[in-house]
Amino acid sequence: MSEFLIQLKGIKKKYGVGASELMALKGIDLDIMPGEFVAIMGPSGSGKSTAMNILGCLDTPSSGQYLFKGAHVEALTRDQRARLRRRYLGFVFQGFNLLARTSAQENVELPLLYRGDDAKVRRAAASRALQSVGLSGWENHTPSELSGGQQQRVAIARAIVTEPAVVLADEPTGNLDTQRSHEIMGLLVSLNKDHGITVLMVTHEPDMAAYARRMVHFVDGNIAKDVENPHPNNVASGDIDLTETI
Amino acid sequence: MLYSVFMLALRSVRRNMLRSFLTILGIVIGVAAVITMVTLGNGATQAIKTQISSLGTNLLMVNPGQRGPGGSGGGGGGVPHFTAADALAIQAEIGGVVAVAPLGRASVTVVANGRNWATSVSGSTNDWFETGNWKLANGRIFELEEQVAGSAVCVIGETVRREIYGGTEGLTGLGKLLRVKQFSCEVVGILAAKGQGGMGDQDDLVVVPLQTLQRRITGSRKVDVLMVSMQDGADSVPLKASLRQLMRERRKLAEADDDNFNIFDTQQLAETLSSTTKVLTTLLGAVAAVSLLVGGIGIMNIMLVSVTERTREIGLRLAVGALEREVLLQFLIEAVVLSALGGLIGIIIATAASYSLSMLMKVPYVFDPFINFLSLVFSAAIGIVFGYFPARRAARMDPIEALRHE
Repeated sequence: MSEFLIQLKGIKKKYGVGASELMALKGIDLDIMPGEFVAIMGPSGSGKSTAMNILGCLDTPSSGQYLFKGAHVEALTRDQRARLRRRYLGFVFQGFNLLARTSAQENVELPLLYRGDDAKVRRAAASRALQSVGLSGWENHTPSELSGGQQQRVAIARAIVTEPAVVLADEPTGNLDTQRSHEIMGLLVSLNKDHGITVLMVTHEPDMAAYARRMVHFVDGNIAKDVENPHPNNVASGDIDLTETI
Repeated sequence: MLYSVFMLALRSVRRNMLRSFLTILGIVIGVAAVITMVTLGNGATQAIKTQISSLGTNLLMVNPGQRGPGGSGGGGGGVPHFTAADALAIQAEIGGVVAVAPLGRASVTVVANGRNWATSVSGSTNDWFETGNWKLANGRIFELEEQVAGSAVCVIGETVRREIYGGTEGLTGLGKLLRVKQFSCEVVGILAAKGQGGMGDQDDLVVVPLQTLQRRITGSRKVDVLMVSMQDGADSVPLKASLRQLMRERRKLAEADDDNFNIFDTQQLAETLSSTTKVLTTLLGAVAAVSLLVGGIGIMNIMLVSVTERTREIGLRLAVGALEREVLLQFLIEAVVLSALGGLIGIIIATAASYSLSMLMKVPYVFDPFINFLSLVFSAAIGIVFGYFPARRAARMDPIEALRHE
């Protein structure tokens, strides 16, 4: 059983009560194995963001079961979910969500702070993470001194600095131009391939979803389509110039 | 964990220098005001105490006239003056008295050395030096013959000496002639300075024998005040009672008559004045403490703004796994660091302000470690109290909502 990384069983999520009641998820079943790269697609209002929040343990389902590595997430308290997030999950957002006036280094160190790592460990891990996203030498730059693509890479470094099992990316390329988008996708692919990190990505751009090996389509709070992508848009690591120039 | 949260808070304070400064301004001003008020108040109390003890402790001043509601009366129409004989009678008949000095006063302009100076001249006996706790910086007090004859000799205060003769304190002027009204007197002594204070410049005076004053300056035998100095540790209550009885007899007052004189006790005065300044100090301190409270509300205000402004940051922290209490602690520590910093800056400003103000007001600077410590602790406590509500608000945020916040 425990070979599944994530299992959703009949997950329902409803918002509001009475007349304004809204079923955002109407009974989702989804199994995800370790090492998968899943693109979650669908029109707005289809429930993909709600599903992502539940998968990210930020939200709890109204009913149904969510097993993460065999543990029942729906039964966890707020603090227990926080501990689960800091141990296993990394987040990448559309809007980057970096701390302003704070160096890239410190931004990347942030999740380690809550794990109680000491300064030396934090610094080394953050430097490693920044290096793996191609931002060596940019440690002391603040977000306002970085381009959008670079900011998202800092955000990815922050997501992987804790060596998580899963990286959840919510429209990671939504704020970037096409070229930067492809570079970011290349990074996510390499995280998945080279580091074995499971990647769950919400996107509405088919171009970006094409990098994933599996595509889950949401329509109206249900999974309409769950298909393998036999020929993922495969970017060899060498094709991306990681030392981006502004 | 606590250390890293503390560093986190410190970093956030440093990142928003201007806002942090404005936030703590209220605390800074509050703490500075409280400490300055209390320090100056303590200084003033001390100044009054020294002043009064320099007047002479255990001193009773007998003034003619009734003690009106506004203090000692002026001895107006119909009230008989004292005479030198009253002083002798007190000395002879009241036990526990060390010295009695009859004192006459007049305002004069003294001239010498090409300069003149408006001052007051006091005529008295040598007992006066004892009752007033006066020491000589130089020279001597009066000889018996000089007192009897009303010779042209005088002892001058430090201020008069400085204004007329200049030069080194307590030195120049001895043996010189000083013109007082129509006669010149020889300066035989110079009084050691008592310094300036709340009661005016005590050193601004010329002392002559009582006879000299009465004959050569006022032309009358009247004595304005009787200064009575008691033995150390003497109980002033019975002594004052027998003094009052003696004076009533000497002034031939009938049983039903009110006193036409009053007895003024410097010790009483000292107690009254210093308790008054203490009350004033407390009052001013309390008013200043209100500004501390206002400063605390300022902190809460800015912390709430800061929490709202940093909603996305809080959302992010929660998403990457910060526990509720860690976020709470971070914002709480931030508030405490801010307010304690404000307290610290306030103490520094207060030290500078109260030092220079006490110089300006000519009161001693008395550092009060207790009030400084209390202010620091109190300002940190303000951080906890007023930082708690915003911090709790931050900690209870829904990470999804927070991350979506624009």
